[in-house]
Amino acid sequence: MNTAKHTFHGGIRPLEHKEDSNTTPIEIAPIPPMLVLPLQQHSGPTAKPCVTEGEYVYKGQMIANAADASGASIHASSSGYVVAIEARLVAHPSGMADTCIVIETDGLDAAIETSGHPNWRNLNRVELLDILHRSGIVGLGGAGFPTARKLNTDSIDTLIINGTECEPYITADDLCMRERAADIIRGCEILKYIVGANSVIVGIEDNKPEAIESMGKAMPSSPDWKLVTFPTKYPSGGEKQLIEILTGRQVPRGGLPANIGIVCQNVGTAFAVKEALEDGKPLISRITTFTGQALSRRGNLEVRLGTPVSYLLDYMGYTEQKVPRLIMGGPMMGFALPDATVPIVKTTNCILAPDTNELPLPKPAQPCIRCGFCAEACPASLLPQQLFWHSKSSNFDQLDKHALDDCIECGVCSYVCPSSIPLVQYFRASKHEMRMRRNEQQQADKARERFEARQQRLEREALEREATRAARKAAAKAKAAESSRFADEADPVQAAIERAKAKKARLMQQSQQGAQMNAESALDSLKTKLAAQQSTLQQAEADEKSEKITTALQASIRRLEQQIAESETKPPSKDVEE
Amino acid sequence: MSLMRTSSPHLSAANPVQHVMQQVLLALIPGLIALIHFFGPGVIFNLLAACGFAVLCEALVLRLRGYDLRFFLSDYSALVTGALLAVSIPPYSPWWLIFIGAFFSIVVAKHLFGGLGQNPFNPAMVGYVVLLISFPVYMTHWTAPSDLANTPGLLQSFASLWSNEYYDGTTMATPLDLMKQNEGQMLTFLYANNPQFGSYAGLGWEWVNLGFLAGGLWMLHKKLFTWHGPVGMLAALGILSALFYDDGSSASGGSPLFHWLSGATMLGAFFIITDPASGATSNLGRLLFGAMVGVLVYCIRVWGNYPDAVAFAVLLLNFCAPFIDYYTIPKPYGTEDSQS
Repeated sequence: MNTAKHTFHGGIRPLEHKEDSNTTPIEIAPIPPMLVLPLQQHSGPTAKPCVTEGEYVYKGQMIANAADASGASIHASSSGYVVAIEARLVAHPSGMADTCIVIETDGLDAAIETSGHPNWRNLNRVELLDILHRSGIVGLGGAGFPTARKLNTDSIDTLIINGTECEPYITADDLCMRERAADIIRGCEILKYIVGANSVIVGIEDNKPEAIESMGKAMPSSPDWKLVTFPTKYPSGGEKQLIEILTGRQVPRGGLPANIGIVCQNVGTAFAVKEALEDGKPLISRITTFTGQALSRRGNLEVRLGTPVSYLLDYMGYTEQKVPRLIMGGPMMGFALPDATVPIVKTTNCILAPDTNELPLPKPAQPCIRCGFCAEACPASLLPQQLFWHSKSSNFDQLDKHALDDCIECGVCSYVCPSSIPLVQYFRASKHEMRMRRNEQQQADKARERFEARQQRLEREALEREATRAARKAAAKAKAAESSRFADEADPVQAAIERAKAKKARLMQQSQQGAQMNAESALDSLKTKLAAQQSTLQQAEADEKSEKITTALQASIRRLEQQIAESETKPPSKDVEE
Repeated sequence: MSLMRTSSPHLSAANPVQHVMQQVLLALIPGLIALIHFFGPGVIFNLLAACGFAVLCEALVLRLRGYDLRFFLSDYSALVTGALLAVSIPPYSPWWLIFIGAFFSIVVAKHLFGGLGQNPFNPAMVGYVVLLISFPVYMTHWTAPSDLANTPGLLQSFASLWSNEYYDGTTMATPLDLMKQNEGQMLTFLYANNPQFGSYAGLGWEWVNLGFLAGGLWMLHKKLFTWHGPVGMLAALGILSALFYDDGSSASGGSPLFHWLSGATMLGAFFIITDPASGATSNLGRLLFGAMVGVLVYCIRVWGNYPDAVAFAVLLLNFCAPFIDYYTIPKPYGTEDSQS
């Protein structure tokens, strides 16, 4: 046995109240007259019913099929007739109704014929995952993630078995480890085999000495198997927090434990895995803690899934309270039930029936004094006081910057808040709002993409139509040309264009040649002109013509001389060629 | 059976705001005892008057804002502000001076900005600075410590509350004043010639500061705040004064011990900059906030115009707090592979 060297940021140490319910052994709860099995007891797609109303079902018979590999199937938890498949109130904080299969039990508890696979090592991974999938196994720690889906991952180095149970009041895993350690370890061996892990670490908080002892005894003495204990602190049992405690490593943001070669499973899940594989028993019951001062008997029951909470409360001696409140789950993360008739589901680890002194009703919230107790306690190293501020003002950019998505809703911030502000409630609301906005954005993006694709398709089709039309036109023309009398001649228009082109080229050539000659002859002609003008001037002077004429002639001569001078200073193009 | 629906978590730690505020008030006691011992019963009347006026102003504004008086007055926050203001202003101050300070603290600095938790500036320091700037004569006359002069009796103290004059019987320059006004003198000379300096940092003041330090450490132990702010401020002040301290030449600004145990250093470090509403949010932010206050306190004390500077330094840094917050958001879980 080792003690963990690492810890996580923050955390709290609330009163544990574990001894309220962990002093008596696990008791098998009686068969209720009616079982209500919701089709949605896990995270993932809803299961599809595979029985009809009026049908007789045996204990362990599959009554709803997993929709796909990411779902989980549902099995009858006792024998009897299916009397209804209808919407019933389910265990959800919103008080919503969901489709349930209702079985009127006959008390015979007649089980369907099943066979386990004690030699499961002969099966390959795919076959094992299929058995777990068909057995409806989901994570029993709280989130209800289908186990087969979680185990379907490669490159796992370490399997972590979570026996932390850090929430106050809950002792289901504690009792399971005390009484069924050997079976849990068998389950761990199956899990290790499936994910191909090299080592197994079982993590248990140090407030469960009996569980630590019995698990230690049941564990194989191999260096690959480690039992690690650590000081009691909430929320040590959070997957990410437990990984940090046991390995000192953090799961990267937005990633999964598998990204760092780790997969986590709860001890209750390990037990269910063992039962499913070795005994062929699907998930039809679980251990649930019944505790709180409103109950005259407190302890752990192995209850059939689908048993109404009210039936079990009567069984445990519930005394009606002035302000009755029932909490499914622990006092930190559990939710208040809308009604006592809702059934126990796969994720129900605790029913807490407190009296008013035990869990006082929330006090009216005072203003935030920004004391920062919440930031000191936050296991995700967030700044809840800032998140509260931005949640209140719906400042989603800042919420993103302050990493609201990393909030695990453990409730530590609200617990320590001196102003009794329901911080987690604010964060849940803001997270929901942000998720909605993201979905809307995604839908808008998708719609835009579709619109653009449609535009492109329409343009493409128009072009194609244009091309076909052109082709048809060309074909018709060709056909017409074939039948005309010029059929064997070249196109007359084309011939005319060609002739015009040739002419133009010829002219261009001529003008280029002319330009060269011009430069030489221009000088000569200027000189001749000058000579002619000079002689005319002499003539005019001799003839004693009017002054006007002589001045004009002189000017003309000057101009010509100037031009000649210019031409001579400018080198003729011939010189350049030389 | 109709069930009560509440949102998780259903548990809460029993440490409400009033409890936090009460603990702050309790933590003031050692410092208060030292103040009363050295400066006489005037401190008590200061305290009574400031707390009374603060609660009165609070009640008045709450009434105007239409808030539930009993619910909001029971948070003790006005008492804390009043008490912090009371220990900042000289004993034997007239009542109206105290009233103006309380009014600015509670009405202007706190409620005009939105009330509890919304004030960008430390309310007690706003009240103090308004008084210091508006009534410098009243605000700079500290009574001489009881070892150097007779402090007034109870009756005299009570009477001074209603007189319009500052109590001038036995006032004396404080060590920080002396340090400021005698820049040309050797420190050893100063210490030798002015009994106010006491053994380290000022007769009486050393003990007052040690008292506030004790209260502060107790609050730290009770986890009312983290160590970052006070350590940042005291470290910065200590390092700067050690850097410029040359064993007492005339250019020297006083030893680290002198600065730590003078004026409002410990009150500031543990009671003022730890006000969460007007300070920085993250631990790194608080460390920076404290360090900057320490730097400013030293600069203003040694090179500035005022003998003490905690109030100015704190208010200046209050301006910077949102800016500091912007750049010091802590990294959430999973950002780095910590090997803690």
